[in-house]
Amino acid sequence: MSVARFWRKIPQRYNLIGTRCGTCGTYFFPPRSFCPSCRREGKIEEYRFPGKGKVVTHTVIRSASEQFERQTPYVLAIIQLDEGPRFTAQVVAEPGEIQVGTPVRPVFRRISADGESGVIHYGTKFVPVR
Amino acid sequence: MRDVAVIGIGCTVFGEHWGSSFRDLFIQAGALALEDAGLSGEQIDAMYVGNMSAGRFIEQEHIGALIADYSGMATRHIPATRVEAACASGGLSFRQAVIAVASGMEDVVVAAGVEKMTDVGTGVSVDTLAGAADREWEGFVGATFPGLYAMIATDYMHRYPLTREQLAQVAVKNHFNGARNPIAQFQQEITVETVIRSSLVADPLRLFDCSPITDGAAAVIVAPLERAREFTDRFVKVRASAQASDTISLHDRADISRLDATVAAGRRALDSAGLSHRDIDLVEVHDCFTIAEICAIEDLGFCRKGDAGRLTEEGITALDGDLPVNTSGGLKACGHPVGATGIKQICEVVQQLRGEAGKRQVPGAEIGMTHNVGGTGATVAVHILEAI
Repeated sequence: MSVARFWRKIPQRYNLIGTRCGTCGTYFFPPRSFCPSCRREGKIEEYRFPGKGKVVTHTVIRSASEQFERQTPYVLAIIQLDEGPRFTAQVVAEPGEIQVGTPVRPVFRRISADGESGVIHYGTKFVPVR
Repeated sequence: MRDVAVIGIGCTVFGEHWGSSFRDLFIQAGALALEDAGLSGEQIDAMYVGNMSAGRFIEQEHIGALIADYSGMATRHIPATRVEAACASGGLSFRQAVIAVASGMEDVVVAAGVEKMTDVGTGVSVDTLAGAADREWEGFVGATFPGLYAMIATDYMHRYPLTREQLAQVAVKNHFNGARNPIAQFQQEITVETVIRSSLVADPLRLFDCSPITDGAAAVIVAPLERAREFTDRFVKVRASAQASDTISLHDRADISRLDATVAAGRRALDSAGLSHRDIDLVEVHDCFTIAEICAIEDLGFCRKGDAGRLTEEGITALDGDLPVNTSGGLKACGHPVGATGIKQICEVVQQLRGEAGKRQVPGAEIGMTHNVGGTGATVAVHILEAI
């Protein structure tokens, strides 16, 4: 991912800054700048998610693309935040440690790096709440 | 709108074609289709080609022009158009050709699909395929394509009574069919043990739950039904063509285990043809992973949600069952050159309806369906074909 492409989403990736539609009250993460329900009637505003949520579904990636090869095996999940939106994230856990419904909280982590000398991509992963 | 017929089909052998290039594969499939229809190139009015990612697989764009040129059509200046919808590129290419003929804009149209995947290493192809999902919010965090389907499988197995053995049986059945298909990449039968003992790719999916990386091309020729007899007496009628969209990301779906674009396209196809599920004699579904075939059977409405595993185990979807599914071997055994798959599905159903499917012939097949999925279900094309 190019530097600019990563950089422009830093607030969203680091701090879970999403959006909310003031018209219908739906929360969006990943952020949307256009409400799919209200369309042009929608009023999109920024919203910072505290990040409390639970695991909807999960897997353990054992064969990855080159950028993630050295991290395998890693746990990947769809997380549902308390406000409703769902998105995909890694969970810092051993394979078998999480289940459907496991409560999670966000942590700031290194996601990947663009080669040996390229930019390091940071972002949000999750950890199980005990 | 005019009725449309498929008047010719052609398909390369699917596999690892180290000695053949992208354009070699396309030309081979196109020539086979022309020969099958008894046509010469001068009779072609337009071409569509489904291709997911020549840009990354062979660093070549402008595929429409390339295939027109190397099939000798550049000097005739006919329109040649690339169609892209990830793994549903072939299905959409066919649909564009059908629309062109049905509308009266064109008469004799080639619908092709081609993918050359082995000119890059596995790491690059895994990453390229991940582009069928959302790069910013799925690929960025390390989601692979098998990983996304694995999360469908986890959700499904949490909610419905699908056993590991039933899931494996999908691959066993498709390898059985592939062993009877001369163009299939894998022509060996396997057992449930083969699947369950293969290495994990993304839990719970193992290597033998996954379709392979494949080179291949397929082409069909469509024409107005009223003119079909001018070319051949082995034509097949297109009864329905439907397409539907859904969210690009798996996480945004209303139900992780249900592909609503499959539900919508399947229903539209049956409605527009005025047919019911009982009329369908066989179906080629998009089994990029074993769990995908389970979901497809249910989401197309052939059984209730949660029942497809049992149906598979009982042999209902086998070659000699009540509803043969993936007689070609499916993506699993026949191979999955992504842009070509949707056209290969049409080729298989046409062969079946013409009674030319050899050892995998479904006796008396009259109506067949194809189901082609892009990404994790963001695009779906469903077609229904009928023997004349």
